[in-house]
Amino acid sequence: MTHQYHSMRASQKADYIVVWLYAILVAIGIFCIFMVEYNPDHDIFQSFIGGKTNYSRQLFFAGFCIIVATFILLSDSKIYTAFSNLLYAFGILLMLATFVIGENINGSKSWIRLGGGFNLQPAELCKIFTALALAKFLSRQETDFSKLKSQIIGAAIAMVPAILAIAQQETGLALVYSAFFIVMYREGMPATILIIGFSFAALVIATLLLEPNTLALILTGIALFFIYLLRKQIKKQKKILTSIIVIWVICVGIQRFAVPYIFNNVLKCYQSTRVYSMVGKDYDCSLNKHATASPTKTVRKPDDYNVRQSKIAIGSGGALGKGFLKGTQTRGKYVPEQHTDFIFTSIGEAFGFVGSFIFLLLYLALLFRIIFIAERQRSTFSRVYAYSVASIIFFHLTVNISMTIGLFPIIGIPLPLVSYGGSSLLTFTMLIFILLRLDADRQMVLR
Amino acid sequence: MSVYHQNKSRFIQIMIVAVFAIITGQLIHLQIFSTKYRIMADNNAIFRKVIYPDRGIIFDRKHRAILENTIMYDLMVIPSNAKNIDKEALCKLLNIDTTEYRKRIVTAIIKNTSVKSSVFEPLLSPELYARLNENIYKFPGFMLQERSIRSYPYNTAAAILGYLGEVDTAFLRKYKSEGYEMGDYTGLNGLERTYEKVLMGQRGIKRFLRDNRGRIQGSFEKGAFDTVAIAGRNLYTSIDIEVQQLAEKLLQNKIGSAVAINPKTGSIIAMATSPSYNPNTLIGSERRKNFGRLLLDTARPLLNRAIKGQYPPGSTFKPLGGLVALDEGLITPSYGFNCFGAYVNCGKAVRCTHAGGGHAANLRKAIAYSCNSYFVHVFRMAVDNPLYANPQKGYLKWKNYMNTFGLGVPLGIDLPGEVKASIPDTSRYNKDFGGFARWNSCNILTLGIGQDRMTATPLQLANLMCIIANKGYYYTPHIVDSIENETIEDTAYLTKYRTKHDVTHVADSIYQTIQDGMEDVTIYGTASFLKVPGHSYCAKTGTAQNPHGKNHAVFTAFAPKNNPKIAVAVVVENSGYGGTWAGPVATLLMEKYLNDTLSTASAKKAEDFSKINLIPEAIKRWYHRKDSIRVAREREKEKEMEKTHEIEADSIVNTKTTFDPEAEPNRKNDDNKNEQQNIIKQPPMLNNQQNDKKKKKAN
Repeated sequence: MTHQYHSMRASQKADYIVVWLYAILVAIGIFCIFMVEYNPDHDIFQSFIGGKTNYSRQLFFAGFCIIVATFILLSDSKIYTAFSNLLYAFGILLMLATFVIGENINGSKSWIRLGGGFNLQPAELCKIFTALALAKFLSRQETDFSKLKSQIIGAAIAMVPAILAIAQQETGLALVYSAFFIVMYREGMPATILIIGFSFAALVIATLLLEPNTLALILTGIALFFIYLLRKQIKKQKKILTSIIVIWVICVGIQRFAVPYIFNNVLKCYQSTRVYSMVGKDYDCSLNKHATASPTKTVRKPDDYNVRQSKIAIGSGGALGKGFLKGTQTRGKYVPEQHTDFIFTSIGEAFGFVGSFIFLLLYLALLFRIIFIAERQRSTFSRVYAYSVASIIFFHLTVNISMTIGLFPIIGIPLPLVSYGGSSLLTFTMLIFILLRLDADRQMVLR
Repeated sequence: MSVYHQNKSRFIQIMIVAVFAIITGQLIHLQIFSTKYRIMADNNAIFRKVIYPDRGIIFDRKHRAILENTIMYDLMVIPSNAKNIDKEALCKLLNIDTTEYRKRIVTAIIKNTSVKSSVFEPLLSPELYARLNENIYKFPGFMLQERSIRSYPYNTAAAILGYLGEVDTAFLRKYKSEGYEMGDYTGLNGLERTYEKVLMGQRGIKRFLRDNRGRIQGSFEKGAFDTVAIAGRNLYTSIDIEVQQLAEKLLQNKIGSAVAINPKTGSIIAMATSPSYNPNTLIGSERRKNFGRLLLDTARPLLNRAIKGQYPPGSTFKPLGGLVALDEGLITPSYGFNCFGAYVNCGKAVRCTHAGGGHAANLRKAIAYSCNSYFVHVFRMAVDNPLYANPQKGYLKWKNYMNTFGLGVPLGIDLPGEVKASIPDTSRYNKDFGGFARWNSCNILTLGIGQDRMTATPLQLANLMCIIANKGYYYTPHIVDSIENETIEDTAYLTKYRTKHDVTHVADSIYQTIQDGMEDVTIYGTASFLKVPGHSYCAKTGTAQNPHGKNHAVFTAFAPKNNPKIAVAVVVENSGYGGTWAGPVATLLMEKYLNDTLSTASAKKAEDFSKINLIPEAIKRWYHRKDSIRVAREREKEKEMEKTHEIEADSIVNTKTTFDPEAEPNRKNDDNKNEQQNIIKQPPMLNNQQNDKKKKKAN
C-alpha cells in the first residue's frame, strides 16, 4: 500500500464515537462559557463573531483545533514513534526555557508569549510528549517492565516534567503527571505501589480529620487486629509480626510528625489552608513557617470562598436546574474563575443534577471508549499511549469536578475540552487525535 | 499474561466507575438533599429592596392636612465612579473641607463598598438642592435621590402629631414579628405612634439580581415575586388647627397646657402644651441637633403636659365636691355655710379669700365666690357621712365618685403616655399618718378644695367639664374621628371612642344646680371680668398651691351653657390667679371655636396676652446661662449624650436637669406605679402638715 492510500484510509478509519464525544464536549464547553459570560445587552451573534468575549475566542480555538486534528489524522503514525523521544526532549527544553523567557501569568511563570495575544504553556504540551515518550520506552523490545530498573526509568520519564512544573509553581499540572502511574500499573508495575500511595493519602486525610491521639489509638487497634487475625502465621513466621510493627511505627510517625511537618514547613500557608478547608477545618497559619514573614496581613479573606461559592452554585441547581441562562450565581459572577477551572458549576446550576449526571456520563463514555480502543491495539506503543490519554483525562476530570463539589482541595487544573483556554483545548485535541491516528493503524505493530 | 492484563484493565475500569459514583453521590448530596445551598444562593444573588409606601396624611376637623409628606433629596455617591472630579468645587457647594470629603468617601466605602451608592449628605435644604441640581453633571458618581419625609404645614401641634425616628435594636426586639428592619422609620410619639400601623401602609418588596460586587443586574424573574407597596391610610382628626394655633400662641412664654373638647362627642378640638417646638425641626438634617437640644431643655418641651402634666386642680374641683354632696343627699342647693374668712373647725385655719357677706349662703354662691370653707366643710361631710362606718369608708366612697368622674384613672386617649394622675388611696394616707385609720376628715380636709395629694391632668379636667356640661355622660376623649377605608380592626379600636359612658345616675337637677353656680362664676363671681362674646358660659377658676413656687393658674369652662359645644381646661404653671392667667386663654379659645373668629378686641387681647412672659425665674436663668459662651462647650458633650430614639424622652431629662419646672407635684405617689416615668427622683414632696400651714386660698 502506498503512503497516500494509507493516509486516506486512516482518516476514514478514525473512531467516530470518540470524534463525536469530542465534538459534543467542546460544543458544551463553548455554551458553558457563553452562559458564564452572557450579557443580555449585547447582540449574541455579534459577540460570538467579535472575538472580544471568551466564548468567541474559544470558538476560534476550536476551529484551530479542527485544523490541527485534521493534520494529525492525515499524518503518518510512524512519525509519533520516531519522534517521541525527540519531542520529549524538546518539551523538557521548552519547560526549562520558561525559567528564562517565561511570562508571569496568574502568578506562575510557566507561559511563553507567542505574540498576537496568545500564550503557550509548555507544561501542558509536555503531557503529550511524556505520554509518547513513556509509550516509546515501554514498547521497546528490550524493556521488561516487571524489572525494578525499568519501573524506575518509567517513573522518571513521568516525574521530570512534574518536578519542573512544581518549580514553576504549577502544582496542579504537576499532579496530573501522577496519572501516568495508572498506565504503569496497567503495564505491570506492582499494585502495592498504588496501594501504598492510596494508603498514604488516606492516612493524611485521616490525620487532618481526627485528633492525633484518637488516630494513634485507631492505628494501634488496627495493628492489634491484624496481629490477632494472623496469629497462626505469626507463630510460624516471626517476620510478619516485625513487619506489622514496622508499618504501625511508620504510620504513627507519618501521622504524628511527617504530616504536620509537611503542612507547616513544606507547603505554603494558602496551600495548607486549602487542604484543611476541604475537610472542613481551619488551618492555623501562625504554625506555618512561611507565614511568619508576613504578620501584617491581618485582613483575612476566607480561603474557602471559591469552593463555598462553587458548592452554592451547584447545590442551588437542585434536581433539574434553574434553566439555560437563568443561573443567578452564574449571572452574578459569584464563582471565581467560572469560565476556566469552575466551568462545571455553570452546568450544575443551570441543569441541576440531571444535567450534571448526563454530562458526567459523556465523559464516562469517552473514557471507556478510549480504554476499549487501548485494549484492541496490537502494538504496545499505541496501548500505552491510549492508557496515558485515558489516565490524563480521568485525572483532570476527577480533580476538577471533585474540587468544585468540595471533595478535593482547590487545584487549578482545567476540565478537559470544556474549560476555557487555548492551551488546554489544543493539548487535549492533540492527545485524542494522535490516539485516533494510532488507532487507525491498530493492525500495524509500531515501535 | 493476557488474563492478568485483562484483570488490570478491569480494575482500572472499576476504579473509574467508583470515582464517578463518589462524584455522583456528592452531587446528589449537594443538589438533591441539601436545601441550604438554594437559600445561600438567594442570599447571594437576590437583593430585596424594600419599597416604602407614602405614610398616611393626617387631616384636621375641616379636612386641612396638618401632617403630610414632602420630598427631600439626599446627595448620593458611588465612590468608584467619583474619581477625577473637582473636589474643591463640590466641597465649596456643600460648605465642607476636603478632609471631611475624604472622610465621608471612606465611610461610604466601609459601609457600602465603593461600587454601591451611599448617602454623602442627607436631606439637603431646598437652596442647597437647587444649587447642586444645577451643577450635578459636573460631578460624575454623585447623584440626587429623592426621599419622602414628613412635613407639618402649620408648624404646630407637635405633641399631638408626634414624630418619626429610626428604629433601634430594642424596638426591633420588642416588635420582632412586625417586619421592621434596621434603618426603618417608625412613629415614636403622638399620633404617629398610636396609629403607626394605619399610617405606615404596607411595604412592598422588589427583588433584583445582583452580582458579586453588589451591583444590580436587573429585576429577578421579571418581578414575578415582587409585592406592591400599599400607601398608608389617612386619619381624620377632630383638631381645629386654627384653634390649636391660637392655643399655642396664647401659651407662648408660659409653661402650661390647654385642652378643648367637644363634649357631645369627646373629640378633642385643641390640645396645646407649652413650651412646645416646631415639629418641622425634627425632620431633615438638623434633627439630631434639635432633638438633643429639646431633650436637654429644662422646661421640657417634649413633655405633653396635657396628658402627662399632673396638677392640683385647686378650686376647679369645687363643682364636683358640691355635686358629690348633693348626690349623697348631704346638702341641698340652698345649704349655706357661715364663712367668716377661714375654716377653723379642725384647728388650723384654712383661709378663704372672702369674708362674711353671706358669700357662701348657698351652693351657687359658694361656687361663684369659690368659698374654701364651704367646700372643705362639704368634703368633711362626705367623708364623715354617717351612712358609712368610718371616715375611711366614707373616703373610699368619695374616691369612687372621683374615679367615675375620670379623676385618678387614665381616660384612654389615643396618644401614648397618658398618666392617671392621682386620687390617693386610703393606704396612702395610712402610710402618711403612720397606721391604719389613724386619720380622719380633718387630716385631709384640703382635698375638698382640690389640694393635698389630689392631682389631675388638664385632659381629665376638660373631661370633667364635659361630664358636667353633658349632665352625666362623656365620650372618651380622642383625636382621631375616623380612618380612611376603615377596617374591622380599626373599627374595633375606635369603638371605645364611640361608646357613650354614663357616669352615674346623678339627677339632672343636681347638674343644673352646679351649672347654674358655674354660670354665676362668669356673671358676678371670680371670672365675671371674662366674657365670651355672644355666648353664656359656665366656668370655674382655680389657683392651686404647689411646692414649686407661685400658684398654678387653673381654669375650666364650657360653653354655651344650654347647648354645650366646647369644654376647656387650662393650666398655666406658677403664674398666679386662675381667672387672670388661665381664664383668658379658655375664653379666647371658646370664642374662636364658637364664633369661628375672634372679635377685634379679643384679637388684640390675644396678641397682648401671648406676649406676657410668665416663665418662672429659675427657668429664665437657665435659658440665660445656656446662651452664654460657657454652654457652647457643654453642647459638645451633649452631642455625645444625645440619644435619637427616645420614645419616653421625658424620663431622661429628669436626671439631667437641676431645676424641675414641676408639672407633677405628687410624683412619688404610689398610685402612679404603672406610669413609666415614675423612675424619676424628685425632691421629697412637702407633707400635709406643711401644706396645711401655708394655708391656701382659691381666688
